[in-house]
Amino acid sequence: MNNLKKMLGIVWIVLGPVIILFLIVQAFDKIAAASTGIARTNTTLQWSIIILIFIPICAGLMIFGYYGWKGEYEKLE
Amino acid sequence: MSSTKNNVTQSITQVIAASSLGTLIEWYDFYIFGSLAVIIGQQLFPSDAGASALINTLAIFAAGFIVRPFGALVFGRLGDLIGRKYTFLLTLVLMGGSTFLIGLIPSYSSIGYAAPILVLILRLVQGLALGGEYGGAATYVAEHAPVGRRGFFTSWIQTTATLGLFLSLGVIVFTKNILGAEKFADWGWRIPFLVSILLVGVSIYIRMKMHESPVFTKLKADGKVSTNPLKDSFQKKANFKMVLLALFGATMGQGVIWYTGQFYAQSFLENTCKLDFNESRYILLWAILFATPFFVVFGSWSDRVGRKWIMLSGMLLGIVFYRPIYQYFIDATNVKEFQKTELKTASTPNTTHELVKGTLDSMITTTTFKTLSNGITFKESKVEVIPDDVLAPLPEIKTIIADVTLPNQTFIIFVLLVFFQVLLVTMVYGPIAAFLVELFPTKIRYTSMSLPYHIGNGVFGGLVPFIATLVASFPGSTPLSGLWYPIGIAALSFVIGAVYIDNKGDRNVAD
Repeated sequence: MNNLKKMLGIVWIVLGPVIILFLIVQAFDKIAAASTGIARTNTTLQWSIIILIFIPICAGLMIFGYYGWKGEYEKLE
Repeated sequence: MSSTKNNVTQSITQVIAASSLGTLIEWYDFYIFGSLAVIIGQQLFPSDAGASALINTLAIFAAGFIVRPFGALVFGRLGDLIGRKYTFLLTLVLMGGSTFLIGLIPSYSSIGYAAPILVLILRLVQGLALGGEYGGAATYVAEHAPVGRRGFFTSWIQTTATLGLFLSLGVIVFTKNILGAEKFADWGWRIPFLVSILLVGVSIYIRMKMHESPVFTKLKADGKVSTNPLKDSFQKKANFKMVLLALFGATMGQGVIWYTGQFYAQSFLENTCKLDFNESRYILLWAILFATPFFVVFGSWSDRVGRKWIMLSGMLLGIVFYRPIYQYFIDATNVKEFQKTELKTASTPNTTHELVKGTLDSMITTTTFKTLSNGITFKESKVEVIPDDVLAPLPEIKTIIADVTLPNQTFIIFVLLVFFQVLLVTMVYGPIAAFLVELFPTKIRYTSMSLPYHIGNGVFGGLVPFIATLVASFPGSTPLSGLWYPIGIAALSFVIGAVYIDNKGDRNVAD
């Protein structure tokens, strides 16, 4: 189980930036697709909020993965 | 001996009643805004788009999930510095006061842009207060509860979010039925907001009479209260790693299961299946009524078998069963297909003519009420637009289905399927307060447990409607595609929880 915790730690470290990249691509896509004026401003606002919130969460996932990889959760079984 | 035991039991009963009632009212306050968002939008925001649309977006979209984690930090810190009792008394006053004031805001036609700005400010206060409430109530009850019964006692707090939703739906449906739709949309929507002040008053009275948590009192007497709970919670690796574990292994999955079962289900029945306003709410009300006792059942059970696998089983069942359940909802309400073979009666078509707003194009709407031989009734409107420019191509005739009502048997199946989803909510949510409380030491408990809880609920859960709608808009998607978001997050949380969480936990909360 401890080996699994360590190996999965690497998965979480990689997953963090992948999610952020996916969100940024989606944001560009959806903002470009939104009609002009207030609709586009609203879409931009919503996506900015989402990306700003998910950046620290994804950073947290990477730190979690790092702790997992370093064996910080080994005692919890 | 027996007398002492009775006194202890009565004391805990009072603690639970005071904590639960206040938390229930906070959830009630929070939900009525969401349920009445459309009417509030019409009354307090200008009808044309403009700057107010931005404020509207922020008020409805942002306060729901952005502000709650900040409330968790602000009030969590206060709770660990000055105590649980006064902090969650403060959150109750802030929440109740802002809800009452929303009910008093004059309409946009009276005070202009001041109306939406005031709504936004009060919504932010609501979000902050809610972020501080739950951690305080859960901590307060857990620190009073006897060893080995903590899951049972804290599970009462877990019922409050669901009961708050139940109460808000009940008050809204009751008020609307008494006043009629027109008066309700005009001024009756304010009643659910104004009523909350009475509930808050009672709750404040009860809470004022309560004592501080004995565990915190002892900590304070020993001079061991944290001087900087935020630093102790998030800068010390030993604690921060548990904050991350709580978020990714439990509250993240719990948040999406909760919002899918109680909110997405209703929104899906109303928007995708086109169920009648009352019909979809009655389905949810019955489901919640039958499922709510299971919060306590699973909370109590977790005292005996551990918290971990009950919570993770709820997530796993959601991962497996969400798609078949929602597929059934679609199949059972596919009236466009049914009416090819099952049309029983149709009313005389009613045709109206009007101009398309802002243009000289004409719009002809033909409405028919239909009954199918399988017992379903619905309203079908065919909308035809005739362009002012006679050379312009004619747009396609749109068919709009609305107000679908179900036959009794299908209605009962729908209630059972939503009940099952709320049952999963009780599995993930019933034991979680005890799980979080036991994860962190007393001096930083309020701060440490509040943040992962509100990120899990507010961010991951609160985003279910937005992201599900977004996913459903991708090319090639189906109405079920939106479910991949809660299924994916629950799966991720299930794997992390299964691998990293300890089922035994640390049952000592006096550390």
